[in-house]
Amino acid sequence: MDLADIPVLLMLIGIAAYVVLAGADFGSPFWTLTARGERAGEIREQTHRSMAPVWEANHVWLIFVLVVCWTAYPEVFGSIFSTLWIPLIVGCLGIIMRAVGYVVGGYATRRWVTWMATVASFVTPFMFGAVVGGVVSGRVPVGNAEGDIISSWLNPTSMTIGVVAVTLCAYLAAVYLAADADRKGRADLADAFRIRGLAAGVVTGLVAAAGVVVLREDSRFVYEGLTSGLGLADLAVSAVAGIVTLGLLALRRFPAARYTAAAAVVTIVAGWGIAQSPYILPPDLTVAEAAAADNVLIGLLVAIAIGLLILIPSLLLLYGLVLAGRFDPAGGDVVDHPDLVEGGTAVHLTDLDLPKRRSVGLTILVATTGAAMTLVFDDGAGLYAGVAMLIGALATGCVLLAISLAARQDEAPEG
Amino acid sequence: MASASQVFPPTDAFPAVDQNYLLEARQMQALSFAMHIPLVCFGVAFPAMVIFMEWLGLRTGKIHYTAIARRWSKVMITLFAAGVVTGTLLSFELGILWPGFMSVFGDVFGLAFGLEGFSFFIEAIFIAIYVYGWDRLSPRKHLLTGIPVMVSGLTGSLMVIAVNAWMNNPSGFEVVGGEVTDVQPWSALFGNGHLWPQLTHMYLAAYVVVGFLIAGVYAFSWLKGRRSAYFRTAMVVPLAIACLAAPTQILIGDWAARTVARDQPIKLASFEGLYKTTKGAPETVLGWYTDENTIEYGIEIPKLLSLLAYHDPNATVQGLETVAEEDRPPINVVRIAFQTMVAVGTGLAALAAWFLFSWWRRKRLPRSKWFYRAVIAAGPAAVVALIAGWVTTEVGRQPWVVYGVMRTEEAVSGADGIVFGYAALVVVYVALFTAVFWVLRKLARTPLPPEIVALEHAGGSRVDAAGLRVNERPGAGSGGGTDRKGGGDGSG
Repeated sequence: MDLADIPVLLMLIGIAAYVVLAGADFGSPFWTLTARGERAGEIREQTHRSMAPVWEANHVWLIFVLVVCWTAYPEVFGSIFSTLWIPLIVGCLGIIMRAVGYVVGGYATRRWVTWMATVASFVTPFMFGAVVGGVVSGRVPVGNAEGDIISSWLNPTSMTIGVVAVTLCAYLAAVYLAADADRKGRADLADAFRIRGLAAGVVTGLVAAAGVVVLREDSRFVYEGLTSGLGLADLAVSAVAGIVTLGLLALRRFPAARYTAAAAVVTIVAGWGIAQSPYILPPDLTVAEAAAADNVLIGLLVAIAIGLLILIPSLLLLYGLVLAGRFDPAGGDVVDHPDLVEGGTAVHLTDLDLPKRRSVGLTILVATTGAAMTLVFDDGAGLYAGVAMLIGALATGCVLLAISLAARQDEAPEG
Repeated sequence: MASASQVFPPTDAFPAVDQNYLLEARQMQALSFAMHIPLVCFGVAFPAMVIFMEWLGLRTGKIHYTAIARRWSKVMITLFAAGVVTGTLLSFELGILWPGFMSVFGDVFGLAFGLEGFSFFIEAIFIAIYVYGWDRLSPRKHLLTGIPVMVSGLTGSLMVIAVNAWMNNPSGFEVVGGEVTDVQPWSALFGNGHLWPQLTHMYLAAYVVVGFLIAGVYAFSWLKGRRSAYFRTAMVVPLAIACLAAPTQILIGDWAARTVARDQPIKLASFEGLYKTTKGAPETVLGWYTDENTIEYGIEIPKLLSLLAYHDPNATVQGLETVAEEDRPPINVVRIAFQTMVAVGTGLAALAAWFLFSWWRRKRLPRSKWFYRAVIAAGPAAVVALIAGWVTTEVGRQPWVVYGVMRTEEAVSGADGIVFGYAALVVVYVALFTAVFWVLRKLARTPLPPEIVALEHAGGSRVDAAGLRVNERPGAGSGGGTDRKGGGDGSG
């Protein structure tokens, strides 16, 4: 593998993560909308609670993919975004509409909000699927809006991948929600989502199978990649994972189904990469041709490595807390301010210490010196030292002043 | 450096295109920034205030501090959610509207956005843990999960500002025969003299904006007669921060302006509407820059511009005449935005001086109702200054997207129909901000936790006494129920 291939591999990983994690965000409003009868409210609430803590983090994967693309393959990014601007901006506006659902969802159910979130749950996966279709069917030439801005995404391949994306999201959402309901001991809800998951799974499988036929007619190059060698093996793994998931759902093995469903998605994304290789914009531009200079790629990879070192433990912490049910309502170990209340009486109720005159004086001295230095020095170490002193004194001053102000507010108001 | 009309010969793949809607594309980008930037302020500055309140609560055991922190944390995550999606849209727009810019220079500055993406990730993760983790994590652990939110807010803005500073003061690459070569991303981004003044200026602006906006909410309560410890504390802490940051901002602004004077003389000249290169240049306040390159109705203060820009009353300031007309930004937009920023900034510093003086001399809050009215106005005014500041630097950079290297019309998309995207964006943004506004209003009307209400009714009694009285009630420890984010039970 060349250095030039690593960023595109990371992009595929990012896309897989985005579909596996954020796909369920888009699938869930579908189930909210179709929920009827007395359980509708419960399904709505369950959907919101399961997704709300994680959806922002899920969406950052998309940003990650874009950033890697424009840094490592700048011309590819410019070409895709100029030619396919319509599905991209509509998909992105769908993300905003979905966010409105989350923002409001914690406080109330409003018809227009549910409606918007549901529209978004169709529009965004469909449009992003259509973008992928435009790329794999070779409709995005290199250049500034060189492709047809309509037929690049209104074409058989785009339509097919768009529809697969929509059903896939609904399917993932149902599987995850079933597992969440099961974890909370809500067998009835889990069953409701189980049936939805089975139905959506079958539909997704059928649409995907039909999609292969469409690819044969409309995107021959990718079709051949998918139906031979490594691509075919990958496709087979994906199909097996999908069928196993259906079996696990049928057997009510929800946690395991979550992972096999994710595996099916990951293999689909991998298949895309395999089928399109070595082209990044078929039929002309290869990954190697599109890649930025080696030092840029190395810089990017270093940045990503540093980022992952911090990101992975953080993500594990978040998903660990969520999957352990710590954020469930009244679930997990609720800690009731053990510091504040013990046996009904407050412990260590103390007044704030007012800042000492000396520390206030010192802060003012540092601030004044720093201010003078920023004014006197035009550049260089003197200026930067002055700014550092000024900002340091400002931060300290904010804490000291806020403490002394807050301490005084305990007393009776005047007037 | 900025005199050649087209320093950057277009590449074969991305020739300069004929985009009839360049202005609309710029407006669309500007609108998206203007909506996003105030939200960014909350991502940068608000976590520190929330954590400070929580720390006060842990330190003293007094419940009103914790109640404020809880309430604020919900505001924080609501605004963060809006920030996430408006930020996502911005990254889409970079490609949709400016593919020429991204295709040619994406590799030079992309690295910073990579690091920004991770900051964003960390912020999203820990903000969720923080907000959903009330009562689920031990108090100390909970407080600690707030720290990464604060830090990633800083590193995220550092990275974005690094890109913007690079656009204003580009380096770290060579242009050879129309191709960008010898790209040095690290030095381009972080070895840039514009980064630190811009970052500091923006960082302080975030604290000024958030401090005054939050204080303004409680100043309104003050005027309505709600003056219990809860409301007063929620007012004075953000106010303290804003009132110290606002005067400091004047010094940092001076630093930023001197940096512009050094590296972007034409931008400085358009801040001031200075046509002729002048020794001992005057500063002209107000007025309108005319087609005859004069300022009508302005008030001239001799030598002030030279003094401010170069700290020397007799310094020579380069005028707009030194470059062709097509290489000048739209003077009035830049000049009015600049003067608005400076005027509002000065006003905020004066308000801060009022507050600090009365605290220093009399150890009490000002009594005048006008003070509280001014605090209410200060928040929106600070937002105006913030946006005016960004207009100053971004419109002031025109007609260049990469200063002196690539013109904006070389960067814009050649696609048709961009205006329809613009219209759709406006509609969706109206929906988003309606929703955010509705949720914030709903939050503001959510009843306070019972122990805080008891505190308010206790009138002038000391908080700890009231707190103890309430805490002695069985089960009162979990009385934060009305103030806990837990799905659909927020309304009460």
